[in-house]
Parts: sequence; structure tokens; C-alpha cells
Amino acid sequence: MPTRYPADRGELGRRGEALACARLTEAGLRIVARNWRCQTGEIDVVAEAPGLLVFCEVKTRRGDGYGTPAAAVNAAKQAQLRRLAGAYLRATPHRPCRVRFDVVTVVWPRRGQPRVEHLKGVL
Amino acid sequence: MLARLATAALVGLTAHPVGVEVDIGRGLPAVTVVGLGGTAVLEARDRLRAAFGNTGYEWPDRRITVSLPPADLPKQGSGFDLPIAIGLLAAAGWVPPAALEGLWAIGELGLGGDVRAVKGVLPAAMAARRSSARLLVVPQANLVEAALVPGLRVAGAASLGQIGEWLAGRADLGRPGLPPDPSIPSVEDLADIRGQGQARRALEIAAAGAHNLLFTGPPGAGKTMLARRLPGLLPPLEQDEALEVTQVFSAAGLLGPDAGLIRVRPFRAPHHAISVPGLVGGGQVPRPGEVSLANHGVLFLDELPEFSRAACEALRQPLEEGEVTVSRAMTSVRFPASFALIAAANPCPCGHLGDSRFACRCSLSDLHRYASRLSGPLLDRIDLYVQAERLTADELIRAPDAEPTAAVRARVLAARTLQRSRQGVENGRLASAEVAVHCQVTAPARRILMAAVDRLGLSARGFHRALRVARTVADLAGSERVEDHHVKEALSLRHLPIIGDREAELV
Repeated sequence: MPTRYPADRGELGRRGEALACARLTEAGLRIVARNWRCQTGEIDVVAEAPGLLVFCEVKTRRGDGYGTPAAAVNAAKQAQLRRLAGAYLRATPHRPCRVRFDVVTVVWPRRGQPRVEHLKGVL
Repeated sequence: MLARLATAALVGLTAHPVGVEVDIGRGLPAVTVVGLGGTAVLEARDRLRAAFGNTGYEWPDRRITVSLPPADLPKQGSGFDLPIAIGLLAAAGWVPPAALEGLWAIGELGLGGDVRAVKGVLPAAMAARRSSARLLVVPQANLVEAALVPGLRVAGAASLGQIGEWLAGRADLGRPGLPPDPSIPSVEDLADIRGQGQARRALEIAAAGAHNLLFTGPPGAGKTMLARRLPGLLPPLEQDEALEVTQVFSAAGLLGPDAGLIRVRPFRAPHHAISVPGLVGGGQVPRPGEVSLANHGVLFLDELPEFSRAACEALRQPLEEGEVTVSRAMTSVRFPASFALIAAANPCPCGHLGDSRFACRCSLSDLHRYASRLSGPLLDRIDLYVQAERLTADELIRAPDAEPTAAVRARVLAARTLQRSRQGVENGRLASAEVAVHCQVTAPARRILMAAVDRLGLSARGFHRALRVARTVADLAGSERVEDHHVKEALSLRHLPIIGDREAELV
């Protein structure tokens, strides 16, 4: 487990994504891509299992003073994630499979351990 | 997890049973309310979230789906807050789901978790009784109202916290106490009115036979004072009548907090600027209008010619049928509207036509316009026309003490008892076919009537109205037959009023 507290927002985000990938791997998924970019934007994590492709948004927050991380995935973000998934499917060769959208939230208070939560099939 | 309970949705005056299903499932935090909820129903989401936070319950940050079956019945109002909150408490696992078995609830939540009064609690309680609810939880302020329905267990809640503690078995809710004192509040007394012999007599006849009445006369003659004294002359409300009156007031949201059964006949005096929907009921979600609020009571229309023509015409259905039908795109609703109509009119816009002490300042065209506001069909449905005279100071002082309400009411009650035993309804509500059966007149009386038809130009309906009034006059006298002097008195109260007519003044 990480011991040093992330220095700034960028590092918090990156370390949150690392924790998220660890959680997804624990759940039996294989990480295919991280921070996959195209014109539309960026997908945090793409993971797969046999016959299944998972597009994952990772949200990391220091606390829930501005609402929980999951609440920050609003309608606009959800629509964006759908668009990005479409772009990814067009841009990469893959076998026919089911598609799932997940959100992994990380709450990492200044004092204490990060809490990771994996929400499956949110869209 | 899924939680289920029930509530009621108001459609017109009746409440329909509505289920409340709350599911907390996987997914991003969101609250969806399905089941044709109106704006106030959808806003429950925001009230609930704040109420939970301020009561100390952590908001379940998951996907919350609320369903309000039947899904095709439109639902309005804030009364769904409380049942949804209870369902949420159970779905989130704070209280055992078994506590919701057979439970009904209705009420609005404040942001602080306080439970606020809503309208339509009495109809909801009736619906709960019909559906054999185990218990109905209502806002504390509506508890007396809900307890009016016999055979239904009710409880009052003051706050969401109290509900949570009660569901967990750690506290109790408010229980209905003894019914409030059934004493009937005092009404304005006829003894306050000096002089006005004919007007007082007309009021007595109107009360005895449920007849409609039009007062004309100059401003200050006491038309309004007279009208206000009619409810006191009527018999007290029967239990089922009182329940119906209370139901209308509840559905209209006019019952105050801690209000119980309405025991006084309503007296409604809408302003003449009232709209048609305001008078007979309406709106996208039909609400009862003034005619329904006056059900089993008195509807007083002061300055009748100032009411819009459409409003006057809209009165025709309730006057004939004792109820109104409000039809809208989504629904058609019937409201009861069985009232005694008392109208008052000045003889002209300035009020002094026919006044011996003031000259009328109205132009001829003013008078014509004024007179044309009252349609023949409406006037035809009014049984009694009376002119109220303004008394001089001298007359006011010298007038003998007037008869009090109690004495007049005794005669009215006796006459009504006669009518009940003879025909089941008041003379004023007798169907045309029954008039011939129950309003038999003596031969001399008939001759007077026939002459009046020619002289006064009575329509067929006007003729029947005069017969009904004569029957009431006979009933007040305790006479089995309708004699000629009864008919004469009835006809003396049928002279078309002087409204906007200088010629009539001279006759």
C-alpha cells in the first residue's frame, strides 16, 4: 500500500487510477489500456474478461466535501463515456463482446488510508 | 433492496390507492421516480435528500428507483414525500421491512425532516379504510381529520426522526385523542335585523323549501346581512352531510391544521370577479369550485349582475342537478354542488334606481347593459325575488324587537320534516314530474295561478317554481292543501325585480 500522501491533484489522480487498476485486476479483469486518448477525449481504463469489455471511469477525491466521487459522474460525463466507448470500438480491432461501463471511486483523505469502491454496470 | 407500502392519490374528491415501491440497487447515485408524478412529486427527491441529512440518516448513494403504481394514474402534490421516505428507510435497511406490512402513509417533508400537513387526508383515509389498511400514518396536524373515518387505525407523525424510531420499535407516534367538542358554534342571529318583514319571510321560505332567492335593493339596505343569516335557519348538518362537506374542504386544501369535522353549514361568498373554474371547479387537475365548497350550505353571490356572463351561465348545471361535472383532457370529475343560492343585486349600477331619497345617476345605456347581464334562464331558476328596503333612522329606532333565529328555525324544521315524510326531498329540489303529484292546489288557488301565468308571463319552469314555493308556504303553515292565500304569497315573491328598468319603477 502506498504510504506517502500524493503531493498535488495530478499525482492524486494518477495514484488513484493505479489503485483502481489494482482493484479491477483483483476482480478478475485484464487491463487493456490506460488513458486511451482520441479526439473526443480520454478513457481512464479499458479492461477485459472473456467475452466482455469494460470501460472504466476513475474518480479520485480527497474527501466528500463537494459530494461523493460517484456523484461527480453526472449526465454529461456519462454521455461522454458512451461516446468514447464508441470511438474505441471503431478504432481498435476486437472480437464481438458484451460492453460494460464501470466507475471506480477512490476517496483518499489527508489522514488515513484510501477507500476504493467499484461500481459495476452503471450505464 | 426493495420496500413496499401504500398511499393515496387524489382525483377530484376521491382518493385512489397507490403503491409505493422503493428499490436501492447497483449503479451511480441517482433517484428516479416513475409513475406519472407531477412536478411536486418529482421535487420530493430534493426534499428527501435534505430531510435525511438533517435527521442524521446517511443518504444511500446508490441507484434509487421509486415506482408509484398504477403507472397510468397521474399523481400530484407533496403527500408522497412521507411514504417514499419510509420506503427508503426500509430499503436502506435502517428499519425492518416487516414494519411496512399493510402500512399507508401520506405527508410532506420539510428540509429539516419535519412532517408537514397536506390536503386530501380525509379522502386518503377513506381509501385506506376501503383497502383495509393496517395503519395510516399522517402528519400530526392532520391527525384529527384522519381520525374521522371509523374503523381505521391512524397515527400522527411530527418528524422523519420520530417515524424512524417508531419503525425500529423504539418510540411511538401520536395517537388520536377524544373527538373534539361537538358543540355547534354560534351563528349570526336574525334578531339583529330590524324591519325587512318581507325579506325575512322570504328567507324563512327559502330555508324551509331549499329555494333560491334574489334580493334587490339599494346599497346599505341589509342584503348581505340577511343572506349571512340563512345558514343559521337551516337544520344542522347530518353526519354524512358533514363528512361530505369536510371532504370537499380537505380536497381543496381549506381545512386548517388540527381541523376535525365541519359541523356548520358552509357560507360561501365569492367576489364577483371570480373566474368560471373558480366558481364551478376546474383546472388541469380538477379542483372543487365555490359551488362545491357551498355544498349543503349557502352560496351568496353579491352584486349578481357584476358576475361575468359565463360565470352566471355555468351556474345552471349545478342549480338544476345539484352537482357539477368538470371535464378535462385527462379526466372527468363530478363534484357535489347542492347549495342554496342567495343572490343580491343593486337595481342599477349606481344603486339608487327606485330609491325615494336619491336620484339615479345612470344613463339609459348603463341601465340596459346592467339589465342584460342577468340572463333569463338564470333568473328563471330563482324561485323568490324580494326587494330589501332601506330603513330611515326613525324606522330603525322604532322597529319592534325582531324574532330571533331560533324561533324561525323551529318553523323551518317542522316544514322540512313534513316535506321529508311526504316526498323525501325539499320542495325546491322536487322533480317536475313530482310537482304535479305533491303540489295539488285547491280550485280557487288554481284560478289565481292561471291568471298569474298570463299577467306575469311565467314560463313553464316559472310556473312549476311558483307551485313549489306555494307548497312550502303551505308546509310552513302546517296545511296539507295548498290554499289560495298560499299561492298569493308565493306569487307576491315572484315579481320580477326592478333591475335596470325605469319603466318598471313607475308601475
